[in-house]
Amino acid sequence: MNTVMLQHNKVTLALHNVRPGTGRPLLFLHGLGESAAMMSALAVDWGGPVWALDFTGHGDSSVPAGGGYSSEILMADADIALRHIGEATVVGRGLGAYIAFLIAGARPTLVRGAVLIDGPGLAGGAIHATSNSEITSGGDRTGTTPDPWALIELSRDARPPTYTTTFARLAVSGSGIADPIAVTCKVAPPWVEAIRAEPGVMIDITLQDALDIYAAI
Amino acid sequence: MTLETRSYPGAERPARSYRHNADGVDIAVYEWGTESNPPLFLVHGGSDFAGTFDVFAPLIAAAGYRVVAWDHRGHGDSEHAPLYGWDADIRDALSVMSATTNKAAPVIAHSKGGALMMQLADSCPYRISAIVNIDGMPSKRRMPDVPDHDQSRLLADSIGSWLDFRHEAAASERKPGTLVDLAQRRGKMNPRLSIEWLEYLVTIGAQQDADGWRWKLDPTMRFGGFGPWRPEWASLRMAALTMPFLGLLGTFDEPMGWGARPRDVLPWIPSSGRLEVLEGIGHFIHIEEPERVSKLILEFLS
Repeated sequence: MNTVMLQHNKVTLALHNVRPGTGRPLLFLHGLGESAAMMSALAVDWGGPVWALDFTGHGDSSVPAGGGYSSEILMADADIALRHIGEATVVGRGLGAYIAFLIAGARPTLVRGAVLIDGPGLAGGAIHATSNSEITSGGDRTGTTPDPWALIELSRDARPPTYTTTFARLAVSGSGIADPIAVTCKVAPPWVEAIRAEPGVMIDITLQDALDIYAAI
Repeated sequence: MTLETRSYPGAERPARSYRHNADGVDIAVYEWGTESNPPLFLVHGGSDFAGTFDVFAPLIAAAGYRVVAWDHRGHGDSEHAPLYGWDADIRDALSVMSATTNKAAPVIAHSKGGALMMQLADSCPYRISAIVNIDGMPSKRRMPDVPDHDQSRLLADSIGSWLDFRHEAAASERKPGTLVDLAQRRGKMNPRLSIEWLEYLVTIGAQQDADGWRWKLDPTMRFGGFGPWRPEWASLRMAALTMPFLGLLGTFDEPMGWGARPRDVLPWIPSSGRLEVLEGIGHFIHIEEPERVSKLILEFLS
Protein backbone atom coordinates (compact mmCIF):
# COMPACT_ATOMS: atom_id res chain seq x y z
CA MET A 1 0.00 0.00 0.00
CA ASN A 2 1.65 3.24 -1.18
CA THR A 3 1.21 6.24 1.07
CA VAL A 4 1.21 9.94 0.24
CA MET A 5 1.71 12.45 3.03
CA LEU A 6 -0.40 15.61 2.63
CA GLN A 7 -0.26 18.80 4.68
CA HIS A 8 -3.39 20.18 6.32
CA ASN A 9 -2.19 23.29 8.13
CA LYS A 10 0.04 21.96 10.96
CA VAL A 11 -1.17 18.37 10.59
CA THR A 12 0.33 15.77 8.23
CA LEU A 13 -2.27 13.44 6.74
CA ALA A 14 -1.54 9.93 5.50
CA LEU A 15 -3.44 9.04 2.31
CA HIS A 16 -2.96 5.40 1.34
CA ASN A 17 -3.36 3.93 -2.12
CA VAL A 18 -5.02 0.63 -1.23
CA ARG A 19 -4.94 -0.71 -4.76
CA PRO A 20 -4.52 0.65 -8.29
CA GLY A 21 -7.25 0.68 -10.89
CA THR A 22 -8.62 2.43 -13.94
CA GLY A 23 -11.39 4.99 -13.76
CA ARG A 24 -12.82 7.12 -11.03
CA PRO A 25 -11.16 6.70 -7.63
CA LEU A 26 -12.94 5.41 -4.54
CA LEU A 27 -12.06 7.07 -1.23
CA PHE A 28 -12.50 5.24 2.08
CA LEU A 29 -13.09 7.27 5.26
CA HIS A 30 -12.73 5.27 8.46
CA GLY A 31 -14.69 5.28 11.71
CA LEU A 32 -13.86 6.95 15.01
CA GLY A 33 -10.78 5.37 16.58
CA GLU A 34 -10.12 3.29 13.46
CA SER A 35 -7.56 3.80 10.70
CA ALA A 36 -7.23 3.61 6.95
CA ALA A 37 -5.56 0.21 7.37
CA MET A 38 -8.63 -1.17 9.13
CA MET A 39 -10.97 0.35 6.56
CA SER A 40 -8.92 -1.05 3.69
CA ALA A 41 -10.08 -4.57 4.52
CA LEU A 42 -13.58 -3.63 3.35
CA ALA A 43 -14.43 -5.87 0.38
CA VAL A 44 -15.93 -3.96 -2.55
CA ASP A 45 -16.05 -4.44 -6.28
CA TRP A 46 -14.69 -1.21 -7.81
CA GLY A 47 -12.72 -0.81 -11.02
CA GLY A 48 -10.92 2.42 -10.20
CA PRO A 49 -8.09 3.02 -7.76
CA VAL A 50 -9.01 2.74 -4.09
CA TRP A 51 -7.63 5.23 -1.58
CA ALA A 52 -8.01 5.36 2.21
CA LEU A 53 -7.36 8.41 4.38
CA ASP A 54 -6.19 8.53 7.97
CA PHE A 55 -8.02 11.43 9.59
CA THR A 56 -6.15 13.89 11.81
CA GLY A 57 -5.03 12.10 14.97
CA HIS A 58 -5.66 8.64 13.50
CA GLY A 59 -3.55 5.92 11.89
CA ASP A 60 -0.37 7.28 10.32
CA SER A 61 -1.50 10.93 10.37
CA SER A 62 0.05 13.26 12.93
CA VAL A 63 -1.44 14.06 16.33
CA PRO A 64 -2.10 17.72 17.15
CA ALA A 65 -1.34 18.76 20.73
CA GLY A 66 -4.29 19.73 22.89
CA GLY A 67 -7.16 18.57 20.68
CA GLY A 68 -9.72 20.94 19.19
CA TYR A 69 -11.33 18.41 16.85
CA SER A 70 -14.54 18.96 14.95
CA SER A 71 -16.28 17.11 12.17
CA GLU A 72 -15.76 20.18 10.01
CA ILE A 73 -11.96 19.88 10.41
CA LEU A 74 -12.19 16.24 9.34
CA MET A 75 -14.33 17.35 6.40
CA ALA A 76 -11.39 19.58 5.45
CA ASP A 77 -9.07 16.53 5.80
CA ALA A 78 -11.26 14.77 3.23
CA ASP A 79 -11.13 17.84 1.00
CA ILE A 80 -7.32 17.80 1.12
CA ALA A 81 -7.43 14.14 0.00
CA LEU A 82 -9.90 14.92 -2.79
CA ARG A 83 -7.68 17.67 -4.15
CA HIS A 84 -4.95 15.04 -4.49
CA ILE A 85 -7.02 12.29 -6.13
CA GLY A 86 -9.65 14.36 -7.94
CA GLU A 87 -13.33 13.49 -8.42
CA ALA A 88 -14.17 10.41 -6.40
CA THR A 89 -16.91 8.29 -4.96
CA VAL A 90 -16.64 8.19 -1.17
CA VAL A 91 -17.45 5.40 1.26
CA GLY A 92 -17.56 6.39 4.91
CA ARG A 93 -17.90 4.16 7.95
CA GLY A 94 -19.23 5.42 11.29
CA LEU A 95 -17.68 8.85 11.88
CA GLY A 96 -16.35 8.59 8.33
CA ALA A 97 -19.94 8.22 7.09
CA TYR A 98 -20.80 11.57 8.65
CA ILE A 99 -17.70 13.15 7.10
CA ALA A 100 -18.46 11.58 3.71
CA PHE A 101 -21.93 13.05 3.96
CA LEU A 102 -20.62 16.52 4.89
CA ILE A 103 -18.05 16.63 2.08
CA ALA A 104 -20.70 15.48 -0.40
CA GLY A 105 -22.66 18.63 0.46
CA ALA A 106 -19.62 20.87 0.67
CA ARG A 107 -17.93 19.73 -2.57
CA PRO A 108 -20.86 18.40 -4.62
CA THR A 109 -18.98 18.52 -7.93
CA LEU A 110 -16.01 16.56 -6.56
CA VAL A 111 -17.94 13.84 -4.74
CA ARG A 112 -19.64 11.48 -7.20
CA GLY A 113 -21.78 9.70 -4.69
CA ALA A 114 -21.30 9.13 -0.97
CA VAL A 115 -22.11 5.78 0.63
CA LEU A 116 -22.70 5.74 4.38
CA ILE A 117 -22.14 2.51 6.31
CA ASP A 118 -22.41 1.55 9.98
CA GLY A 119 -19.37 1.89 12.22
CA PRO A 120 -17.89 3.58 15.28
CA GLY A 121 -18.73 7.24 15.76
CA LEU A 122 -21.82 7.18 13.58
CA ALA A 123 -24.06 8.73 16.20
CA GLY A 124 -21.93 11.66 17.40
CA GLY A 125 -23.16 13.68 20.34
CA ALA A 126 -26.43 15.16 21.38
CA ILE A 127 -28.57 17.20 19.03
CA HIS A 128 -29.02 20.01 21.55
CA ALA A 129 -27.16 21.72 24.37
CA THR A 130 -25.86 19.41 27.06
CA SER A 131 -23.88 19.78 30.28
CA ASN A 132 -20.84 17.84 29.10
CA SER A 133 -18.28 17.08 31.77
CA GLU A 134 -15.03 18.94 31.22
CA ILE A 135 -11.75 17.07 31.08
CA THR A 136 -8.34 18.76 31.11
CA SER A 137 -6.00 15.86 30.35
CA GLY A 138 -5.93 13.34 27.57
CA GLY A 139 -4.27 10.79 29.87
CA ASP A 140 -1.36 8.42 29.26
CA ARG A 141 -2.14 7.88 25.58
CA THR A 142 -1.77 11.58 24.72
CA GLY A 143 0.26 12.00 21.54
CA THR A 144 -0.54 8.55 20.11
CA THR A 145 -3.16 7.49 17.56
CA PRO A 146 -6.03 7.33 17.85
CA ASP A 147 -5.68 10.60 19.74
CA PRO A 148 -7.69 10.52 23.00
CA TRP A 149 -8.89 14.07 22.30
CA ALA A 150 -10.27 12.90 18.95
CA LEU A 151 -12.14 10.10 20.71
CA ILE A 152 -13.55 12.48 23.32
CA GLU A 153 -14.44 15.42 21.12
CA LEU A 154 -15.69 13.60 18.04
CA SER A 155 -17.90 11.24 20.04
CA ARG A 156 -19.87 14.19 21.37
CA ASP A 157 -19.87 16.72 18.55
CA ALA A 158 -23.36 18.02 17.88
CA ARG A 159 -25.18 16.96 14.72
CA PRO A 160 -28.57 18.68 14.81
CA PRO A 161 -30.92 17.51 12.05
CA THR A 162 -31.47 21.07 10.82
CA TYR A 163 -27.74 21.27 10.09
CA THR A 164 -27.39 17.90 8.42
CA THR A 165 -30.44 18.25 6.19
CA THR A 166 -28.87 21.42 4.82
CA PHE A 167 -25.84 19.43 3.63
CA ALA A 168 -28.16 16.87 1.99
CA ARG A 169 -29.83 19.67 0.05
CA LEU A 170 -26.46 21.16 -0.95
CA ALA A 171 -25.38 17.75 -2.29
CA VAL A 172 -28.56 17.36 -4.30
CA SER A 173 -28.59 20.89 -5.71
CA GLY A 174 -24.87 21.05 -6.50
CA SER A 175 -23.94 17.57 -7.72
CA GLY A 176 -26.23 17.06 -10.70
CA ILE A 177 -26.72 13.49 -9.44
CA ALA A 178 -30.28 12.38 -8.76
CA ASP A 179 -29.38 10.53 -5.56
CA PRO A 180 -25.91 11.65 -4.40
CA ILE A 181 -26.21 10.05 -0.94
CA ALA A 182 -26.73 6.36 -0.18
CA VAL A 183 -27.53 5.34 3.39
CA THR A 184 -26.86 1.66 4.01
CA CYS A 185 -26.74 2.02 7.82
CA LYS A 186 -28.86 -0.21 10.01
CA VAL A 187 -28.40 2.27 12.84
CA ALA A 188 -30.24 5.57 12.50
CA PRO A 189 -29.23 8.26 15.01
CA PRO A 190 -31.22 11.51 14.67
CA TRP A 191 -29.01 13.00 11.95
CA VAL A 192 -29.30 9.84 9.82
CA GLU A 193 -33.02 9.62 10.46
CA ALA A 194 -33.38 13.21 9.29
CA ILE A 195 -31.47 12.80 6.04
CA ARG A 196 -33.20 9.52 5.20
CA ALA A 197 -36.34 11.57 4.66
CA GLU A 198 -34.61 13.97 2.26
CA PRO A 199 -34.96 13.76 -1.52
CA GLY A 200 -31.76 12.57 -3.19
CA VAL A 201 -30.93 10.14 -0.40
CA MET A 202 -31.12 6.42 -1.26
CA ILE A 203 -32.15 4.07 1.53
CA ASP A 204 -32.72 0.30 1.72
CA ILE A 205 -29.72 -0.32 -0.49
CA THR A 206 -26.52 -2.34 -0.06
CA LEU A 207 -23.02 -0.91 -0.24
CA GLN A 208 -22.21 -2.76 -3.46
CA ASP A 209 -25.49 -1.83 -5.15
CA ALA A 210 -24.86 1.84 -4.33
CA LEU A 211 -21.30 1.61 -5.67
CA ASP A 212 -22.58 0.03 -8.88
CA ILE A 213 -24.97 2.95 -9.35
CA TYR A 214 -22.26 5.53 -8.72
CA ALA A 215 -19.74 3.70 -10.91
CA ALA A 216 -22.15 4.10 -13.83
CA ILE A 217 -22.36 7.89 -13.49
CA MET B 1 15.45 48.24 14.98
CA THR B 2 14.04 50.38 17.77
CA LEU B 3 10.97 48.94 19.45
CA GLU B 4 8.09 51.39 19.23
CA THR B 5 6.06 51.78 22.39
CA ARG B 6 2.89 53.54 23.48
CA SER B 7 1.33 54.32 26.82
CA TYR B 8 -2.31 54.92 27.64
CA PRO B 9 -3.86 56.70 30.62
CA GLY B 10 -4.80 54.19 33.33
CA ALA B 11 -3.30 51.20 31.49
CA GLU B 12 -1.10 48.92 33.59
CA ARG B 13 0.68 45.84 32.36
CA PRO B 14 0.15 42.80 34.61
CA ALA B 15 2.14 42.45 37.81
CA ARG B 16 3.01 38.85 36.91
CA SER B 17 3.04 36.81 33.73
CA TYR B 18 3.94 33.16 33.15
CA ARG B 19 3.36 30.19 30.85
CA HIS B 20 0.91 27.37 31.55
CA ASN B 21 0.91 24.00 29.80
CA ALA B 22 -2.73 23.16 29.00
CA ASP B 23 -2.28 19.51 28.02
CA GLY B 24 0.32 20.34 25.40
CA VAL B 25 -0.76 23.85 24.43
CA ASP B 26 1.39 26.67 25.82
CA ILE B 27 -0.88 29.35 27.30
CA ALA B 28 0.26 32.86 28.35
CA VAL B 29 -1.22 33.82 31.73
CA TYR B 30 -1.25 37.27 33.38
CA GLU B 31 -2.09 38.51 36.85
CA TRP B 32 -2.90 41.89 38.34
CA GLY B 33 -3.17 42.56 42.09
CA THR B 34 -1.70 40.93 45.16
CA GLU B 35 -1.07 37.20 44.75
CA SER B 36 -2.55 36.31 48.14
CA ASN B 37 -5.88 37.99 47.36
CA PRO B 38 -8.89 35.87 46.33
CA PRO B 39 -8.71 34.99 42.62
CA LEU B 40 -11.04 36.37 39.98
CA PHE B 41 -10.85 35.39 36.31
CA LEU B 42 -11.12 37.72 33.33
CA VAL B 43 -11.87 36.11 29.98
CA HIS B 44 -11.38 37.93 26.68
CA GLY B 45 -13.41 37.60 23.50
CA GLY B 46 -12.64 36.23 20.05
CA SER B 47 -9.66 37.84 18.24
CA ASP B 48 -8.77 39.74 21.44
CA PHE B 49 -6.11 39.09 24.06
CA ALA B 50 -5.64 39.61 27.79
CA GLY B 51 -3.89 42.97 27.25
CA THR B 52 -7.27 44.45 26.31
CA PHE B 53 -7.94 44.38 30.08
CA ASP B 54 -4.97 46.64 30.89
CA VAL B 55 -7.23 49.48 32.12
CA PHE B 56 -10.14 47.41 33.42
CA ALA B 57 -8.18 44.71 35.30
CA PRO B 58 -6.30 47.10 37.61
CA LEU B 59 -9.62 48.64 38.69
CA ILE B 60 -10.91 45.21 39.70
CA ALA B 61 -7.59 44.26 41.32
CA ALA B 62 -7.65 47.46 43.38
CA ALA B 63 -10.81 46.20 45.09
CA GLY B 64 -8.82 43.32 46.61
CA TYR B 65 -8.75 40.63 43.94
CA ARG B 66 -5.98 38.57 42.36
CA VAL B 67 -7.11 39.07 38.78
CA VAL B 68 -6.05 36.26 36.44
CA ALA B 69 -6.43 36.39 32.64
CA TRP B 70 -4.90 34.44 29.79
CA ASP B 71 -4.50 34.64 26.05
CA HIS B 72 -6.68 31.94 24.45
CA ARG B 73 -4.85 29.45 22.24
CA GLY B 74 -3.82 31.17 19.01
CA HIS B 75 -4.36 34.62 20.53
CA GLY B 76 -1.82 37.09 21.93
CA ASP B 77 1.29 35.34 23.24
CA SER B 78 -0.25 31.88 23.56
CA GLU B 79 0.80 29.10 21.23
CA HIS B 80 -0.60 28.84 17.73
CA ALA B 81 -2.26 25.44 18.09
CA PRO B 82 -2.85 22.93 15.28
CA LEU B 83 -6.59 22.89 16.00
CA TYR B 84 -9.09 25.30 17.49
CA GLY B 85 -12.50 24.58 18.91
CA TRP B 86 -15.09 25.72 21.37
CA ASP B 87 -14.55 22.79 23.75
CA ALA B 88 -10.78 23.20 23.47
CA ASP B 89 -11.07 26.84 24.57
CA ILE B 90 -13.20 25.82 27.54
CA ARG B 91 -10.75 23.07 28.42
CA ASP B 92 -7.80 25.48 28.29
CA ALA B 93 -9.76 27.86 30.53
CA LEU B 94 -10.48 25.15 33.06
CA SER B 95 -6.83 24.12 32.99
CA VAL B 96 -5.66 27.67 33.81
CA MET B 97 -8.35 28.08 36.47
CA SER B 98 -7.52 24.74 38.09
CA ALA B 99 -3.84 25.70 38.24
CA THR B 100 -4.82 28.88 40.09
CA THR B 101 -7.36 27.57 42.60
CA ASN B 102 -9.40 24.47 43.29
CA LYS B 103 -12.21 26.58 44.73
CA ALA B 104 -15.07 28.36 43.02
CA ALA B 105 -14.14 31.88 41.92
CA PRO B 106 -15.90 34.78 40.20
CA VAL B 107 -15.56 35.21 36.45
CA ILE B 108 -15.94 38.33 34.29
CA ALA B 109 -16.06 37.44 30.62
CA HIS B 110 -16.52 39.45 27.44
CA SER B 111 -18.19 38.48 24.17
CA LYS B 112 -17.17 34.97 23.05
CA GLY B 113 -15.49 34.59 26.45
CA GLY B 114 -18.88 35.14 28.05
CA ALA B 115 -20.48 32.37 26.05
CA LEU B 116 -17.56 30.05 26.81
CA MET B 117 -17.85 30.73 30.53
CA MET B 118 -21.61 30.14 30.53
CA GLN B 119 -20.95 26.67 29.15
CA LEU B 120 -18.22 26.06 31.72
CA ALA B 121 -20.49 27.35 34.50
CA ASP B 122 -23.22 24.98 33.33
CA SER B 123 -20.95 21.93 33.17
CA CYS B 124 -18.75 22.77 36.20
CA PRO B 125 -20.90 24.88 38.56
CA TYR B 126 -18.48 24.08 41.38
CA ARG B 127 -15.80 26.15 39.61
CA ILE B 128 -17.59 29.49 39.27
CA SER B 129 -19.04 31.41 42.23
CA ALA B 130 -20.48 34.31 40.20
CA ILE B 131 -20.47 35.22 36.55
CA VAL B 132 -20.53 38.56 34.75
CA ASN B 133 -21.24 38.29 31.05
CA ILE B 134 -20.31 41.42 29.08
CA ASP B 135 -22.20 41.30 25.76
CA GLY B 136 -21.59 37.60 25.24
CA MET B 137 -25.20 36.56 25.39
CA PRO B 138 -26.83 34.89 22.42
CA SER B 139 -29.05 36.41 19.82
CA LYS B 140 -31.26 34.20 17.72
CA ARG B 141 -31.74 36.86 15.04
CA ARG B 142 -30.65 35.67 11.59
CA MET B 143 -31.03 37.27 8.18
CA PRO B 144 -34.80 37.71 8.06
CA ASP B 145 -34.83 39.39 4.65
CA VAL B 146 -32.82 36.70 2.86
CA PRO B 147 -34.91 33.93 1.21
CA ASP B 148 -34.11 30.32 2.10
CA HIS B 149 -32.57 29.46 -1.27
CA ASP B 150 -30.24 32.46 -1.03
CA GLN B 151 -29.27 31.45 2.49
CA SER B 152 -28.34 28.00 1.13
CA ARG B 153 -26.23 29.60 -1.59
CA LEU B 154 -24.51 31.82 0.97
CA LEU B 155 -23.84 28.73 3.09
CA ALA B 156 -22.39 26.84 0.11
CA ASP B 157 -20.12 29.81 -0.67
CA SER B 158 -19.11 30.07 2.96
CA ILE B 159 -18.22 26.37 3.24
CA GLY B 160 -16.34 26.38 -0.07
CA SER B 161 -14.37 29.47 0.88
CA TRP B 162 -13.48 27.99 4.27
CA LEU B 163 -12.33 24.72 2.70
CA ASP B 164 -10.25 26.62 0.12
CA PHE B 165 -8.59 28.51 2.96
CA ARG B 166 -7.70 25.27 4.76
CA HIS B 167 -5.56 24.30 1.75
CA GLU B 168 -3.54 27.49 2.07
CA ALA B 169 -3.59 27.85 5.86
CA ALA B 170 -0.10 26.44 6.45
CA ALA B 171 1.46 29.23 4.38
CA SER B 172 -0.73 32.08 5.59
CA GLU B 173 0.74 35.00 7.50
CA ARG B 174 -0.53 38.30 8.77
CA LYS B 175 -0.06 41.40 6.64
CA PRO B 176 2.65 43.71 8.03
CA GLY B 177 2.16 47.43 8.49
CA THR B 178 3.17 50.35 10.62
CA LEU B 179 1.93 50.56 14.18
CA VAL B 180 -0.57 53.19 13.05
CA ASP B 181 -1.70 51.00 10.10
CA LEU B 182 -2.56 48.13 12.43
CA ALA B 183 -4.41 50.43 14.82
CA GLN B 184 -6.44 51.86 11.95
CA ARG B 185 -7.24 48.36 10.63
CA ARG B 186 -8.45 47.30 14.04
CA GLY B 187 -10.44 50.51 14.23
CA LYS B 188 -12.70 49.16 11.50
CA MET B 189 -13.72 46.36 13.85
CA ASN B 190 -13.60 48.57 16.97
CA PRO B 191 -15.05 51.83 15.61
CA ARG B 192 -15.97 53.26 19.01
CA LEU B 193 -12.51 52.90 20.56
CA SER B 194 -9.97 55.74 20.38
CA ILE B 195 -6.98 55.51 18.07
CA GLU B 196 -4.72 56.14 21.08
CA TRP B 197 -6.10 53.00 22.77
CA LEU B 198 -5.83 50.96 19.58
CA GLU B 199 -2.22 52.04 19.07
CA TYR B 200 -1.51 50.99 22.65
CA LEU B 201 -3.09 47.59 21.92
CA VAL B 202 -0.84 47.14 18.89
CA THR B 203 2.23 47.31 21.13
CA ILE B 204 0.89 44.33 23.12
CA GLY B 205 -1.14 42.25 20.68
CA ALA B 206 1.22 42.63 17.73
CA GLN B 207 4.92 42.02 17.19
CA GLN B 208 7.41 44.29 15.48
CA ASP B 209 9.27 42.41 12.73
CA ALA B 210 11.90 43.77 10.37
CA ASP B 211 9.25 44.50 7.72
CA GLY B 212 6.67 45.98 10.08
CA TRP B 213 4.15 45.15 12.78
CA ARG B 214 1.92 42.05 12.62
CA TRP B 215 -0.92 41.01 14.89
CA LYS B 216 0.05 37.90 16.86
CA LEU B 217 -3.37 36.28 16.30
CA ASP B 218 -2.82 32.97 14.47
CA PRO B 219 -3.43 33.70 10.78
CA THR B 220 -4.79 30.19 10.29
CA MET B 221 -7.76 31.00 12.51
CA ARG B 222 -10.76 31.74 10.38
CA PHE B 223 -14.29 31.21 11.44
CA GLY B 224 -16.30 29.37 8.80
CA GLY B 225 -19.59 31.14 9.32
CA PHE B 226 -21.23 27.75 9.48
CA GLY B 227 -21.45 24.86 11.90
CA PRO B 228 -23.85 22.88 14.00
CA TRP B 229 -23.97 25.32 16.92
CA ARG B 230 -27.31 27.01 17.49
CA PRO B 231 -27.65 30.28 19.47
CA GLU B 232 -30.55 28.91 21.43
CA TRP B 233 -28.25 26.37 23.04
CA ALA B 234 -26.38 29.18 24.79
CA SER B 235 -29.74 30.59 25.88
CA LEU B 236 -30.68 27.27 27.46
CA ARG B 237 -27.36 27.11 29.27
CA MET B 238 -27.72 30.69 30.48
CA ALA B 239 -31.21 30.05 31.84
CA ALA B 240 -29.94 26.99 33.72
CA LEU B 241 -27.18 28.79 35.66
CA THR B 242 -27.56 28.74 39.41
CA MET B 243 -24.77 31.05 40.59
CA PRO B 244 -25.24 34.86 40.81
CA PHE B 245 -25.34 36.22 37.25
CA LEU B 246 -24.98 39.72 35.84
CA GLY B 247 -25.43 40.36 32.13
CA LEU B 248 -24.32 43.63 30.58
CA LEU B 249 -25.47 44.91 27.21
CA GLY B 250 -24.67 48.11 25.34
CA THR B 251 -27.06 49.71 22.92
CA PHE B 252 -24.83 50.29 19.86
CA ASP B 253 -24.32 47.47 17.36
CA GLU B 254 -20.70 46.95 16.32
CA PRO B 255 -18.97 44.64 13.81
CA MET B 256 -17.62 42.39 16.57
CA GLY B 257 -20.80 42.46 18.64
CA TRP B 258 -23.39 39.71 18.91
CA GLY B 259 -26.31 41.88 17.94
CA ALA B 260 -28.28 40.80 20.98
CA ARG B 261 -31.03 43.14 22.14
CA PRO B 262 -32.51 43.16 25.65
CA ARG B 263 -35.69 41.53 24.34
CA ASP B 264 -33.59 38.64 22.95
CA VAL B 265 -31.80 38.08 26.23
CA LEU B 266 -34.30 38.88 28.98
CA PRO B 267 -36.39 35.70 28.65
CA TRP B 268 -33.26 33.62 29.28
CA ILE B 269 -31.75 35.50 32.22
CA PRO B 270 -31.43 32.94 35.06
CA SER B 271 -33.52 33.34 38.16
CA SER B 272 -30.30 34.07 40.05
CA GLY B 273 -29.40 36.93 37.76
CA ARG B 274 -30.18 40.28 36.24
CA LEU B 275 -29.52 42.20 33.04
CA GLU B 276 -28.17 45.76 32.97
CA VAL B 277 -28.47 47.75 29.75
CA LEU B 278 -25.95 50.57 29.45
CA GLU B 279 -27.21 53.26 27.13
CA GLY B 280 -24.84 54.83 24.64
CA ILE B 281 -22.17 52.10 24.79
CA GLY B 282 -21.08 49.58 22.16
CA HIS B 283 -19.75 46.02 22.36
CA PHE B 284 -16.57 46.82 24.32
CA ILE B 285 -18.44 48.04 27.37
CA HIS B 286 -15.58 47.58 29.84
CA ILE B 287 -13.14 49.42 27.57
CA GLU B 288 -15.41 52.34 26.74
CA GLU B 289 -16.35 53.03 30.36
CA PRO B 290 -14.01 51.09 32.65
CA GLU B 291 -14.71 53.06 35.83
CA ARG B 292 -18.51 52.89 35.52
CA VAL B 293 -18.49 49.21 34.56
CA SER B 294 -15.98 48.14 37.20
CA LYS B 295 -18.02 49.94 39.87
CA LEU B 296 -21.19 48.19 38.73
CA ILE B 297 -19.49 44.79 38.72
CA LEU B 298 -17.78 45.26 42.08
CA GLU B 299 -21.12 46.19 43.63
CA PHE B 300 -22.61 43.02 42.14
CA LEU B 301 -19.75 40.87 43.43
CA SER B 302 -19.97 42.36 46.90
